[in-house]
Formats: sequence, structure tokens, C-alpha cells
Amino acid sequence: MDLSVINPILLLAALMSAATPILLAATGELVVERAGVLNLGVEGMMIVGAIAGFIVAVNTGSPAMGFIGAAAGGAILSLLFVFLTQVALANQVASGLGLTLFGLGLSALMGQSYVGVKPPRMGDLDLGPLSDIPVLGPILFSHDAMVYIGLLMVACVWATLKYTRAGLVLRAVGENHDAAHALGYKVKRIRALAILFGGACAGMGGAYISLIRVPQWTEGMTAGVGWIALALVVFASWKPWRVLLGAYLFGGITQLQLNLQGAGVAIPVEYLAMSPYIVTIIVLVTLSADKSRAPGSLGRIFHASH
Amino acid sequence: MTALLDLSGVTKAYPGVVANDSVSLTIQSGEVHALLGENGAGKSTLVKMIYGLVKPDAGQMSLNGASFAPADPRAARAAGIGMVFQHFSLFDALTVAENIALGMENAPPMRQLAAQIKAVSETYGLPLAPHRLVGDLSAGERQRVEIIRCLLQEPKLLIMDEPTSVLTPQEVEILFKTLRKLSAEGTAILYISHKLEEIRSLCDAATILRLGKVVGHCIPRDTSAAEMAELMVGSALKPPQKVAAPVGDVLLELRDLSLPPASAFGMPLRQISVSVRAGEVLGIGGVAGNGQDELLSALSGEVTVPAGTVFFKGDDLARSHPNARRAAGLLTAPEERLGHAAAPDMSLTENAMLTGATRQGLERNGILNWKAARSFANQIIADFDVRTPGPGNAARSLSGGNLQKFVIGREILQRPEVLVVNQPTWGVDASAAAAIRQALLDLAEGGAAVVVISQDLDELMEISDNFAALNEGRLSAVRPAAGLTVAEIGQMMGGAHGMEVAHV
Repeated sequence: MDLSVINPILLLAALMSAATPILLAATGELVVERAGVLNLGVEGMMIVGAIAGFIVAVNTGSPAMGFIGAAAGGAILSLLFVFLTQVALANQVASGLGLTLFGLGLSALMGQSYVGVKPPRMGDLDLGPLSDIPVLGPILFSHDAMVYIGLLMVACVWATLKYTRAGLVLRAVGENHDAAHALGYKVKRIRALAILFGGACAGMGGAYISLIRVPQWTEGMTAGVGWIALALVVFASWKPWRVLLGAYLFGGITQLQLNLQGAGVAIPVEYLAMSPYIVTIIVLVTLSADKSRAPGSLGRIFHASH
Repeated sequence: MTALLDLSGVTKAYPGVVANDSVSLTIQSGEVHALLGENGAGKSTLVKMIYGLVKPDAGQMSLNGASFAPADPRAARAAGIGMVFQHFSLFDALTVAENIALGMENAPPMRQLAAQIKAVSETYGLPLAPHRLVGDLSAGERQRVEIIRCLLQEPKLLIMDEPTSVLTPQEVEILFKTLRKLSAEGTAILYISHKLEEIRSLCDAATILRLGKVVGHCIPRDTSAAEMAELMVGSALKPPQKVAAPVGDVLLELRDLSLPPASAFGMPLRQISVSVRAGEVLGIGGVAGNGQDELLSALSGEVTVPAGTVFFKGDDLARSHPNARRAAGLLTAPEERLGHAAAPDMSLTENAMLTGATRQGLERNGILNWKAARSFANQIIADFDVRTPGPGNAARSLSGGNLQKFVIGREILQRPEVLVVNQPTWGVDASAAAAIRQALLDLAEGGAAVVVISQDLDELMEISDNFAALNEGRLSAVRPAAGLTVAEIGQMMGGAHGMEVAHV
């Protein structure tokens, strides 16, 4: 065992990058759930985003275009969920599970001729002198643009929910859809928009894995990240900054356990592999012991009776 | 002078039922107009059309002489119509100010809105703290939120759907002063209720609906409550007959019963002590949400409570589950007909089986005797005049009054020694309500102890021997119902809860 091979600066820098896919997907799902919809299809939208982004990036040669394509891919798949749950009034849990299974199959089909292809690389953002600051520079200021976009997204979602009328209406719809309808708000339209936003975010999260983290296309490469994002939203009590904390915690411990495995720590690999899940859950459950609770209409089907 | 609002020939049909059949109605500025009718008479549908929630199939509406057809509630609000809902249209997890902002068209920034709320609420004697969560407020306070939300938009017409069902008598009096003040300022009020005395003291004119049709107009001050009731119901009603029965031994006793709240916005029960004797009807009043549901579930056994708090004929049943309590003779009928007292999609036979299995011997060693259950269901249908084609029909297919008769009848026919009912006549038409009350009185006369939890004070005064009120999860002292004044009852229910008379 040799712990000196672990470089704390590289570890912390890798944490931000490792957390980004979960962060993007969880932020999107947070908006969906605050609107009162439970979309269990995050994993499916992520994997479709991963392949859609990969295809666009390879064919255009531009990773930026790839992320736009990924967002579109995730949103288009979520449109199916909109149709099922908001138009056909199908059960949300069953529709979400179906969406995940469908997404996994669809992405495998789309990606058949892309196995083994190398995507164009997205360079790190040039932040000039900031990245030359010792210690902080490599940790905070030497990442690709998507890492910062993810952070920005959290801040935007938080501010929108807290300070804007649109955010208030969205929360109202999630809290009590009957009352929101009685006041004249378009419950289904607002929910459809939230679901599309969630799909786009999940798609970008998926593409971050296929274009930057791995970067190549393999079937089923999101490997459960979408489910973790879903759980994160619940444990974070539907609060954006706690989602960020949870994502970083999860990303950090994932990196740490990989490093520990590399250093040959004498703990069975299985324990190390499960540690990120356990630690994240313990921390967020402790935090969520306050009065916060799920949106009142979460997962309930809205049917305007009269 | 053109009328403020004029409806002519307004019709709205739903599959299988005409909710409004060619209804005409005229309201002048500053008039307090009552819309009277039983449940299902079409009052709610009519006001939903005025508020833009429902579109009429036929007919004309005009506001200040101009044609008026609001596409949605926002359009109605913009035209000067405000509505206070019967079932609150509020959001528990949002603050008072956020709730109010949601109901306004150009809501000002939060800070400014909070100041406006404070100002208006003090002017009209309806104190409200803008930053409290609505989920933490009492029913009366929630209604203030709705009223303030309307007042901030300076409506020309204020629609109030059964506003006093959640208020204590003192709060009602103050609300009426506020409404009279508003009407003096020129605001018209469309007041929906089935409480006739209230309408007589408040309203200038009344329109009476029955089965979707206008069946009469009257000036409430000059019409007796009995005449209005007859118009509403279509026939004269026979009030329940109460016979003073000899009071026997204590059957049910609660000792210092406390129960923590079930959810973040729930109500705890606090140190409830009371006893009920054989042959006695104990009425428990109180504004909704003050612990009624919690008390019922503590008595039914849906939640078990600490040992030594619930005694039935001297035996401690506090830790027993519902079936054990049923077997002993303590039966309950909860408030919510569809989903709590009855399973909506199951047949009446199945519903009879669900609570009757233990006491009626409908089950042996886990094998169900459907034949016996069917004849039990038939017996309920016959004895309680439940209008349904047969016991094979789903509970959902019955009207509210008929299902309520079935649910109450099901418990009464099981010969309870103690029967606890919550809101036995809520949303039930007057003749069914009278039949249910009579059945409860007959049960007490036969030597059972009956506990009636209700928000309908008239009902409680009519049938109770003794009366107590729930307020914030506490039960007031028990007093004989005869001779109690409205003011005394109101004090037992918690008085005015800080409401004041309008200061303007």
C-alpha cells in the first residue's frame, strides 16, 4: 500500500469533473420534481443524450455542437414522457421506467456504427492567469466549459425558483395542482416545459460521459448515473445547493476510492465501490432531517375535472 | 341603472347531468346576493362559470352592460371578479405573501406586497403575517389569506363559496361586518351558502337553485328560514325527534389522550379527557383541522395510542387495533366517504364485508361468506332507504347522500355499544341528513353511546345531549347542550382567533 501515489490536487480537480454528469442530470430532475412530476426516465434520457451528442460531435467535429445535440436528444425523448403522462395521463412511475428501458435500447441501436470511434476533444477553458494560481488554479480553474455550465445551471435554477414569478408558479403547480388550476395556471403546459428542461439537462449529463469522461461510445455506458441523480434529488430535499453538495460528495468519494484501489489499500474492492453511495446517503439524510418535504403533488396525475 | 352582473339562460351540462339549466341572475353594485341550494343544486358550477373556470354551453353573461365571457380565471380577475373558494385554493408549502402573489395579475415585488398585505389586513381586521407558511395556519386564517388576496385587487364582485363553514360564530360575525363594509363601499357580493339564518342576517336578495334550475327569488329579511328551506328542498322537512333517554353507565372514556401530529402540517391531540354514557349523544364541534380526524383515528384504532388513554366499559383498548375494537363494540365511521369509509371501486357487498366481517360473522377461519355479506348489504339498503339498483353496484356510483346513509347504516346495523361518527351529514341533501340524524338518535335511545364530531353547529344542537369543542387539538369542558348560547359555543371553539372588526 502506498498512499503517496495519491495527489490531493489532482484528486480534487478530478472531483469537479466526475460530479458534472450527476449534477446536470440531478438539476434537471429537481426542476421536474418541483413541478410535481416524477420522471424515473433520467437514465434513459442520459444515455440517449450520450449517443446523440456523440453522433453530432463526431459528424460536425465540434464538441459544443455535440452538447447541443445531446440536449435536443434528451428533450425529444422526454417528449414521449410528456405525451404519456400529461396527455394520455399514464402512470408516471411506469412511464419513467419504460422510458429508461426504451432509451437504453434506442441508444444501442443508434450507436452501432460508432463503437470504437474517437470523438473530437473538448479543450479546457482558458481562464488566463486564474489557472496559474498555485493549488487553486489546477483545482478550480483548469476545467472544460461544461463543468462551469453545470455550476451556473445550479445557481440559475436556485435563483429562478426563489426569486422569479416563473419559479413561484412552477413551485405552486408542484405543490397543489388543483389550486394552481383554480387560479388559472396551465398546469400541463408548465409541467411539459419542466419535463423538457429535465430531458435536456439529462441529455447533456449523458454527453459529458461519452464526450469528456470516457471519451468513446459503449452500450449502457451511463451505468446507473441517472438513478444516482434521481436519488440525489430526494436526499437533497429538492434544494439546488444540496444537489451540488451531494454531487460533489459522490464524485469526490468515487475518485478517492478509485485512487485508494490504485494505491492498493487492503480493503476489499466491493466495500470501496459502495462507499460513495453510503457516504452520500448518510450526509444528505442527516441534512434532510429538517422540516423540508416533497412537493405536495409529486407523482400525482393532474386531471382537470371541471 | 345597468346591473353589475347579469346572467340569462345560462346552461351547462355534464355527461348524465344538467348542472345548470337556463339560469338567470342579476346582481347590482353593492348588493349582497345569496345563492341558495342544496349540495348538487348547481351553485358551484354557476360561480365557476362567472369565474372563468367552466364555459357555459348556452346563455349570455354581461358585466356592466357589456358581454362577458371570461376565457380563464385571469380574465375574470382582470374584469374585477374575485373568488374565495370553499375548498381552499392555497399552497401549504408556500408563504402567505407567495400565495397571494399567485392569485394576482401584476403582483408587485415581494417586499412591497408584504407591506400591502399588512396594511389591507389591518384595515379590514383580518390580521395576517405575510411570511408565515400557509401550512401552519388555522382554517380561519387560511380563509383570511383568500379574502385578502381578493381584496388587494379591489374587486367589483366578490364571490364567496360557503365561507363560514370554517369559522367560529365570533369569526362569522366579524366577517359579516367586513362584508357589509365592503358592500357599503360598492362591492357586490355573491354569497353561496345553505345556512339560512346567516343569509337572512346578511343578504339583500336571494336566488334559490334546485337541481340546476332557479326555483325562486326572495328577499331573505322578509322570508322565514322555513319557507326558504322548503324552496330549497322542494318539500317540508320533518325535524328529528329527540326522546330524553335514561342515561346509563360510562361506556367510553378517554383519559389524558395525547397524540403527536402525523405530518409536518398535522394537528396534535393534547390531553383529551372525556367520558360518554350509555344513551348519551355527545356532540363535538370545532372548526375543521382542529384535531377531528386525529381524534377519530385514535378512537377507531387506525393509530394506536399510549396504554391507559382509551377505555371501553372499563377495559383499556388503547393498544388494540380496529378489528379488536370492533369486536368489543366500539365502531366508527370516518368523514371521507369515498376512500376512507368506503372503497370507491368495490361493490356495496364488498364494502359491507370490509367492516362487517367481525361482528356479523361474515368470515370464518379466513373464508368469506359472500352470501351472508350480500344479505347484510341488502338489509342496510332496505333499512336505510339507500337508493341504488342493488348491492352489486360500486360505492362510487352512489350519490353522496345515499353512500353516507349506507356507510352510517352499515355501522348502526352492527349494533355498536359506542358509535363515533365524523361529519355524518357533510355534503348530504337535507332529507338524507334528517334520516341519518334520526338513526343516530334512535341508536342512542336503544342504549348505545354516540359521539358525533361535526362542524355543523345546528346539527349538533339538534341531536346532542352534551357538547364540547375541539380547538388546536384540545377538547373544551363538556357542557349540557340545552341552553348553550351561540356566544358560549363560539368561546368553546376558540373565540375570534385574533380577528377584529374592520377599522375603516
